[in-house]
Amino acid sequence: MLAKAVSRPAGQSRHKIVINQTKKTHGAGMEISFRDAVTVLHGMGFGALLLLAFSGAFVGLYSSSVAGHAWNQRDRRFVGWYLIVMAALGWAAVLAGAYLVYPWYRAIAPAGTIDLAGYPQRMLMANPLTIGWHSLGMEWKEHIAWFAPIALTTVAYVFVKYGAQLANFRSLRNTVLALAAIALFATAVAAGFGAMLNKYAPVRGGAEIVLFKGADRD
Amino acid sequence: MRLYAAAPKLFFSREPTVTDPQPAALSNGPGAAAILSSAIGCFVLGILALAGDAFAPVARALNVWKPTGPLSGVTDLAIIVWLLVWLVLARVWAQRTVNWNMVKCVSIAMFAAALLLTFPPFMDLLQGK
Repeated sequence: MLAKAVSRPAGQSRHKIVINQTKKTHGAGMEISFRDAVTVLHGMGFGALLLLAFSGAFVGLYSSSVAGHAWNQRDRRFVGWYLIVMAALGWAAVLAGAYLVYPWYRAIAPAGTIDLAGYPQRMLMANPLTIGWHSLGMEWKEHIAWFAPIALTTVAYVFVKYGAQLANFRSLRNTVLALAAIALFATAVAAGFGAMLNKYAPVRGGAEIVLFKGADRD
Repeated sequence: MRLYAAAPKLFFSREPTVTDPQPAALSNGPGAAAILSSAIGCFVLGILALAGDAFAPVARALNVWKPTGPLSGVTDLAIIVWLLVWLVLARVWAQRTVNWNMVKCVSIAMFAAALLLTFPPFMDLLQGK
């Protein structure tokens, strides 16, 4: 019954369609809107994966440059690629966030709109109890998030450029670790507020993508 | 017994192999250029974020891509400045040993300022809101 990819106006609840079903179904149908899917890719695909990767980056940076463990070139190359992939994840997260998800988030509702479900920023700002999620959460997140890919690009560059010689530059390697910490902080702020914002005002709408189809029962 | 003792060294040795190439010794210049330019890029992002928030004409000027609004101009400009500064410093400092303490202090100050400038309550404080 829900197998078709249907487009419905932004803000229209999917529950309305479920209520209008005439056939009973068994088994669970599962669908996700296009905007939800892109938001998941931005937050869980890029952001959360980046956040998870930080522990490995710190271990690698500490072991190879601060603790002075002897690494062969293959190990060093692996960590170099690891840091490059982290920087790429950071760029993917901020670019998808700023140029795909954010325009949907800040969409301006036409005059007289009562249901603000398709206009997350307006929905948050319409309620004094949720306005802070925008004025503090989103306003901070949309800027600080960019520190992560900039810092991680620098970390990856310095690690690859200096290789084993990084251990000889004590102050430089400490600064690289500090940069990684700044990137972690920026990512944590962006990811934390991103998750909470999507909880209070989900970015939703566009065509429905059916992940699982509930079987019909006559 | 001897084999048992040698096994970890044979299979888990972390020593560099003899075939590893030994690169020429580097100065701290390229690293300093990368770190200082990233600090400048983040600082510019913070300044532009504040300017866009405080002055409507600046916000309009930064509205490079309408769907994203002034954020597009803030981030695009900051990235351009970061990459340009990095390019210039990397060329100038390629072989040089620079005053690391100066680079470190300036970078720390810029990152700290950048972090503050993007924090909305601090932005509001500066604007007297």
